[in-house]
Amino acid sequence: MPTVRSVDAVTGAAAHTRLSAEELLLASRQVDVDLWHTDLSIPGISCGGCIRKIEDALGRLPGVARARVNLSTRRVAVDWRESEGPPPLGETLTRLGYEAYLHEVQADGKDPQLGRFIRALAAAGFASMNIMGLSISVWSGAAGETRELFHWLSAAIALPTLAYSGAVFFQSAWQALRRGQTNMDVPISLGVLLAFAMSLYDTIQRLPHAYFDAAVALLFFLLIGRTLDHLMREKARTAVNGLGRLAAYGATVVGPDGSRAYLATEELEPGMTIILRPGDRIPVDAVVLKGRSDIDAALATGESLPEHVIPGSRLRAGTLNLTGPLTICATASSQESFLAEMMRLMEAAEGGRTQFRRIADRAASLYVPVVHSAALLSFIGWLLATGDWHRSLTIAVAVLIITCPCALGLAVPMVQVVAARALFERGIMVKDGSALERLVEVDTVVFDKTGTLTLGRPRLRRDAAPDPAYLAIAAQIGANSRHPYAQALAAGTAPADIALDRIVERAGLGLEARSGDDVWRLGRSAWALGENAHSDFGGTVLACNGKFAQAFTFEDELRPGATAAVTALRARGYDLEIMSGDTPEAVTPVAGELGITIVQAGLLPAEKTTYLESLAQAGRKTLMVGDGLNDAPALVAAHVSIAPGNAADVGRQAADFVFLHPDLESVPYAIKIARVADRLIRQNFAFAALYNLVALPVAIAGYVTPLLAALAMSGSSILVVANALRLNPRFLRRPPPARPT
Amino acid sequence: MNVLWYLIPISLALGGLGLALFFWALRSGQYEDVTGAAERILDDEDRPL
Repeated sequence: MPTVRSVDAVTGAAAHTRLSAEELLLASRQVDVDLWHTDLSIPGISCGGCIRKIEDALGRLPGVARARVNLSTRRVAVDWRESEGPPPLGETLTRLGYEAYLHEVQADGKDPQLGRFIRALAAAGFASMNIMGLSISVWSGAAGETRELFHWLSAAIALPTLAYSGAVFFQSAWQALRRGQTNMDVPISLGVLLAFAMSLYDTIQRLPHAYFDAAVALLFFLLIGRTLDHLMREKARTAVNGLGRLAAYGATVVGPDGSRAYLATEELEPGMTIILRPGDRIPVDAVVLKGRSDIDAALATGESLPEHVIPGSRLRAGTLNLTGPLTICATASSQESFLAEMMRLMEAAEGGRTQFRRIADRAASLYVPVVHSAALLSFIGWLLATGDWHRSLTIAVAVLIITCPCALGLAVPMVQVVAARALFERGIMVKDGSALERLVEVDTVVFDKTGTLTLGRPRLRRDAAPDPAYLAIAAQIGANSRHPYAQALAAGTAPADIALDRIVERAGLGLEARSGDDVWRLGRSAWALGENAHSDFGGTVLACNGKFAQAFTFEDELRPGATAAVTALRARGYDLEIMSGDTPEAVTPVAGELGITIVQAGLLPAEKTTYLESLAQAGRKTLMVGDGLNDAPALVAAHVSIAPGNAADVGRQAADFVFLHPDLESVPYAIKIARVADRLIRQNFAFAALYNLVALPVAIAGYVTPLLAALAMSGSSILVVANALRLNPRFLRRPPPARPT
Repeated sequence: MNVLWYLIPISLALGGLGLALFFWALRSGQYEDVTGAAERILDDEDRPL
């Protein structure tokens, strides 16, 4: 198959995500008297050359005051002057070969949490460097007044740092305690606060040891882990948000007096008359008033066959109008449409995974009681043995610091950051670290069909062996339509070399072309053959002057790598199922080809979530792989979920993972990385436990000095980080061991 | 010993200056597009702004 043509078909299908002036105006915000600001997301920006090309081209447009590309987020920010109307940004970018989508400004403001983490990290870094410098002088022999001065200086630096940077941990620990739980932040906060209080007391009493450096360095190391973790999620979120928006921004509404206005989807109300061009998405549930067309519902309901609509037909929000202009009447507002119904189902489905506790929290619930009772016991023991409460308290604090919440606090985030990076390089976005942990527990993989196992795009069936001459003619005619069948014909074959003039698309029926005196028709058999139509031969027919020439049958094309991915998952012992909203006739062949036996077809969105919940009740952990609007509630209900990058907007937001490459092998790859990450996390915990086993007796015996504490803490943190870095795809030659079940 | 009385404040002030500059850079958006900045360096043709 000539690949160049099929690429054409892809861009051809995408080209009608154009940006009209009305849409542009709707998504822009006024920044000054005459100045408007628009954010466009352009997923195709990849290099420095693109920056240059786009900024030059947009900057030259009339009315554009400033165009600035952000390569990290793959967006361009454009300021334009109102006086000349919205500039033709969409057309310009399409001409340059980029797909552009509007990026709603209000959709995601800059994440305030990330800025908070970075500032806390910078402050902790500054403080720990200075305090460490002062401490080193003390360790190397500064005594008397000098030592006291250094201790007081350290205290003066440490106090504001604790208040500013430490608050991150204190708040989280307090929240956990209030709910009667413990998390990793509880021992961290307790250790830091006790170390500081103890050192302050020692400083006032002019005693030789102070742990200011340990307290602040602990915050610094842990904030590194926390910030990296947050950065990784932010990166994935940005990438997913930047993918093209597929829902309708708004629609052209015709008033009772014939006036036309472009309204945002949220402002559409039942009873309004809306005009749809071919290529528009249906904004709200509606009924057709005028016109004929074909509707592609693959993304909304999972039905792979385009549906023919005539006046009176009902339309679902989110489906795509393919071939003809339609006048429709809204029957529901956007809050009551199909999309909103999905949102409600998603909210109801939430809660399936709330019982999941992160591995770090589970470790903390084991670790905290052990360490804290060890500290308490050593305090009581020393108090009974010596009667010196200050010495007993110092030793108890040393136990809390040396038992290394640091390595434990870094054990999970470091591995997950490295794992997320490895996945990112293969185009897989991880939205949340806990998703990696949940992915490891999975035993059942449930696939959607349309758009997930298949591309949701029909392909010409070759086994019917059509006449090449007729096929070429059909390809030439089909290149003029947006209908998926016509595009499949055009994509599969080189067009014929005959002169066709006057190609007309008859919406909902097919295409008609004239070549001299001959009239070629490509489309529904009843229409193409006219009165010659015998019985009712379904499917698509090419006819010349009403005489049957060739019939074409289509199949849903499998996603690349689908077979390999399914085979790999089966080999690793996962139970595989298909759960589709499409008809059984369409699902069965796909299931047969992939050898998946547990198949459900024709499911409604609510039935999908119900089924997943029943699986969960049976103790199964499901991975849901789906793309459609109808899959979105199921993506939330499943234990963990993966969506392809071309999924419906809501589905992409709901899924834990999003893979951008078309290849379905991303799914086994994500599982593989998650399993390696899990192994490394467990190694890190084992290492931390082993380390504590050595350090705890030393601390209880009272041999820990601030120098030893600082060395132990840095040493164990570096080891944990180094172990996490072993998760490099280049070092992963050896396949992970088979799943033990 | 006396040398400490002015050297320590100087060192702290210099460190604090670095910290303040970092905060300023962060706030003025210089870390918004790190990848883009790396690429723009190579684009050496003068362009009217």
